[in-house]
Amino acid sequence: MSDEATTSTDPMATTVTQAVILEEIAARQKSYQAKVAAGEPHSEGAELDFPSYRSSLLRHPTKDLHHVDPETIELWSPAFGHRDVAEVEADLTVQHSGEPLGERIVVTGQVLDGDGHPVRHQLVEVWQANAAGRYIHKRDQHPAPLDPNFTGTGRCITDENGFYRFQTIKPGAYPWRNHTNAWRPAHIHFSVFGSAFTQRIITQMYFPNDPLFPLDPIFQSILDPQGRARLVANYDHDLTTPEYALGYRWNIVLTGAQRTWTEPEDAE
Amino acid sequence: MTQKLPATPGQTIGPFFGFSLPYEGGEDLVNRTHPAALRLHGTVFDGAGEPIPDAVIEIWQADEHGVISQSPGSINRDGYTFTGFGRAAADAVGNYQFTTVEPGAGDGGAVPFFAVAFFCRGLLGKLHTRIYLPECDVESDPFLSSLDSHRRASVIASREPDGSLLFNLRVQGDEETVFLDFD
Repeated sequence: MSDEATTSTDPMATTVTQAVILEEIAARQKSYQAKVAAGEPHSEGAELDFPSYRSSLLRHPTKDLHHVDPETIELWSPAFGHRDVAEVEADLTVQHSGEPLGERIVVTGQVLDGDGHPVRHQLVEVWQANAAGRYIHKRDQHPAPLDPNFTGTGRCITDENGFYRFQTIKPGAYPWRNHTNAWRPAHIHFSVFGSAFTQRIITQMYFPNDPLFPLDPIFQSILDPQGRARLVANYDHDLTTPEYALGYRWNIVLTGAQRTWTEPEDAE
Repeated sequence: MTQKLPATPGQTIGPFFGFSLPYEGGEDLVNRTHPAALRLHGTVFDGAGEPIPDAVIEIWQADEHGVISQSPGSINRDGYTFTGFGRAAADAVGNYQFTTVEPGAGDGGAVPFFAVAFFCRGLLGKLHTRIYLPECDVESDPFLSSLDSHRRASVIASREPDGSLLFNLRVQGDEETVFLDFD
């Protein structure tokens, strides 16, 4: 029984090897590429039925999703504002008395709908491991140090142009128990609301050129390389603050049924 | 005119959201002393019928008059303003609960429901469903009437003797909840 929540300290705790996982992933990609070559449309989302991620076996629907026209409530989203989220919550490096250890970074980008319109004044939540790859969570038993100056959770509200911005520490990779010697690429979890509830999304942002990408069944559950690329931030030197923090840029696109987009009333 | 931008793919919520997503008051859309306060509760199950302890269930709904709130304050609740949004993390045995009101029918007279977004460790994206009230008019609703009675039962809450609404969510299996695709 795999359990990513319990990190392996015993390399024999799981018996499936990375080689087996790689073979499984390669087989799925081959079959996907054959379908695309035969003229089937690209599928850029994650496959919910992806056994290489062992925890998904009993946790994906086996019946088809039922297509519905959204009702009015589903075309609206809850409203969040500065009543809910203080500006300081966007800075994960100032939540304690001291500075967290690690590589200080800024992550920013725009939340957009499928037509390129900004998603204004909506809630973005993040959580992540510390620089050593450890989460503050009682079920994370990875023997890497906790950082007393880092909780690894933040929130912000997108601005008038749909921009979010977090200051944080680059998270470390961490081991998990999906298979023997399984490691997750460094990532930041993002939870985002759109202008319609149909657009609600939880995802993970990755860092460029991570050598763990091909090995990770969660990342590889997106069979299309273009789809995977959409989860990888770009390093942006113009965003880097001299002698202070490296800058990463990552836009989030929320498609799905929505109300007709309108200019804000106070627009020029 | 405008070109459609490709969507950002979803990924699993993972096991470690506990310090981030749940917040105090997330499951209380109204105060328990509200005259129309209602308990909506249930258990989330995996394909083996085992409860899922590491799950988040969110509801989004109209108020009892069918009005959709656009008031902020779902995270910092004042105890009076109805914001329509609730978030609950399943407990160690897969149970969740909300304190809310029954959604009313809006102007269009559509059969009201609680809109649901569901996430858990092991699920590589999100799932949407709806929770309808036990007394809902099945025949007048195009979605409900399109389902066979077995599938339909998976999206209708049942009324408990204490008046609360019970809704179990099953991610997989014969009794699998009907999940929705809007695109």
